[in-house]
Amino acid sequence: MKIHIPTPLRQYTGKQATVTVPGNTIADALAALTAAHPDLKKHLYTDEGKLRSFVNVYFNDDDIRYLPEKDATPVKDSDSLSIIPSIAGGATAAPVEEVTLSNEEIARYSRHLIMPEVGMEGQKKLKAARVLCIGAGGLGSPLALYLAAAGVGTIGIVDADVVDSSNLQRQIIHNTHDIGRSKLDSAEQKLTALNPFIKILKFETMLSSANALDIFKDFDMVVDGTDNFPTRYLVNDACVLTGIPNVYGSIFRFEGQASVFATKEGPCYRCLYPEPPPPGLVPSCAEGGVLGILPGLVGVIQATEAIKLILGNGEPLIGRLLLIDALSMQFRQLNLRKNLDCPACGTHPTITKPIDYQQFCGIPSTSEKPSAVKNGIPQMQPEELKRRIDAGEKPFVLDVREPYEYQIANIGGHLIPLGTLPQRINELDTAQEIVIHCRTGGRSQQAAELLDKAGFKKVHNLAGGITAWSEKVDPSVPKY
Amino acid sequence: MLTISPSDYNAIRAHGEETYPHECCGVLLGHAEDGVNRVVAIERAGNTRTDRAHDRYNIAPEELIRIQRQARERDLDIVGFYHSHPDHPAQWSQTDFAEAHWIGCSYVITSIPKGTATVTNSFLLTGTTEEDKKFIDQQVQIETSK
Repeated sequence: MKIHIPTPLRQYTGKQATVTVPGNTIADALAALTAAHPDLKKHLYTDEGKLRSFVNVYFNDDDIRYLPEKDATPVKDSDSLSIIPSIAGGATAAPVEEVTLSNEEIARYSRHLIMPEVGMEGQKKLKAARVLCIGAGGLGSPLALYLAAAGVGTIGIVDADVVDSSNLQRQIIHNTHDIGRSKLDSAEQKLTALNPFIKILKFETMLSSANALDIFKDFDMVVDGTDNFPTRYLVNDACVLTGIPNVYGSIFRFEGQASVFATKEGPCYRCLYPEPPPPGLVPSCAEGGVLGILPGLVGVIQATEAIKLILGNGEPLIGRLLLIDALSMQFRQLNLRKNLDCPACGTHPTITKPIDYQQFCGIPSTSEKPSAVKNGIPQMQPEELKRRIDAGEKPFVLDVREPYEYQIANIGGHLIPLGTLPQRINELDTAQEIVIHCRTGGRSQQAAELLDKAGFKKVHNLAGGITAWSEKVDPSVPKY
Repeated sequence: MLTISPSDYNAIRAHGEETYPHECCGVLLGHAEDGVNRVVAIERAGNTRTDRAHDRYNIAPEELIRIQRQARERDLDIVGFYHSHPDHPAQWSQTDFAEAHWIGCSYVITSIPKGTATVTNSFLLTGTTEEDKKFIDQQVQIETSK
């Protein structure tokens, strides 16, 4: 078969651009190549004999890493192999992690440190790693415990639920006395007790199209422990958009699945299933049940994959879907290919921002609470505004303070100072829901009454203004 | 030295203006002879780093294989790559260096402050292995004769 040699490596093949080699498989052909041109070896392989991470080998049009039989794939004379070093870069440098381990940490992680595949370097990578767990439930319980035990330095958890007695059959991070308590607080307590050297970041919110990118951007990877399709698609899309891997797992009755999606070269969940199923077609665990031990099995596989990705060692489940049947105790795997037409990660993606999947999949949003009314103007509490923004409702936020105040602190509202509002009223849409705020709620009440008289019917006043927002929602917004 | 025609030179700069504020990328095809990378044609490539295209680029290997196949049919080689730095200088970054693996090839960078192409520089990746590779400044000569 023919092997196409890239320009930089031709100096080792006697300037030949194409080398013809014998062999029955890809491995044979590559072995014949390096036998004929031994200098190539150190450019293609690491000291351990693995292909260097930046070297791609394509069999005709397929990456050999994702072929079902990998380099054991049989070849014909008419086939060709292309060696393609990666081409990438960018304007700014990657941050350098300065991580050290204390003597207590060295003692704690000693069984890792004496393994050459982890060692000091790997343990520091684990400490520097930032892993986001979606859900502290069935899958989240075992995987968060093992990630914490392994010394993953920053573990974020997103969950808005409280512990219910029906969770305890499988969600082993929670105890009986935690019933009624927030899952985040319960999980944090167990994880910190297990390993006080790590940081737990709690996101007590429903993951939504409005907050996903913002939460994901500070993490190196996401481990998805969700139990529903809207969130699974949201997690996948947000991982693709933020460029971080999605360590996927799912469970149903006796069956589980695991894979690693949304890596730079590998497929994403949408390469496999481009669109969610219609609402109601696929039963959830709450409806269909789940064997309590199954999330333990699948969650630990996810934790294993997360740790391998952090260490950069082994063969992650990229391009492979692991199917687990606990009843027959059989593990099978499906080989997946990156779909170049994938709506999320293809060459011409149509999904450029997270979609509001709650509506898409037919899950009703929570009902609204009535607001107090002052002079005919509904008063919206900061928490309510936050909830609406998080739910992706995108209310129009109008800031009626002065420009200098806006510079000190703002929540991204459209700035029209109260004094100029009558002249600039045409910038606003009478049909749109408008939430008005100032510093503490006085000027915005005047503005709301002015708009109300001018025919705006969907006007709310943010009770307590940006000061209350800072106190109740986002303390990072300065008070002045 | 890197030689390139005025039209190709202008085309890679225009590409960077088009994709601003995102990084553009593409492949330089031609011949390498006596220490000169002679550009005969350029091929645009898609930037697959849609997650942070403002300061990262990546060319899909599938696209590169296609470009390489077409180049072979025209008896051309890959002699380099180009990309843009939106609102950053036309200098290689640590990321550019870490991700550069085509020793002997030219890496051409155009600075696009506020959407307008200014400086275009070329850097030759020299050395023999990943361990001793380095970028050196490379003269760009714009010439009409091919």
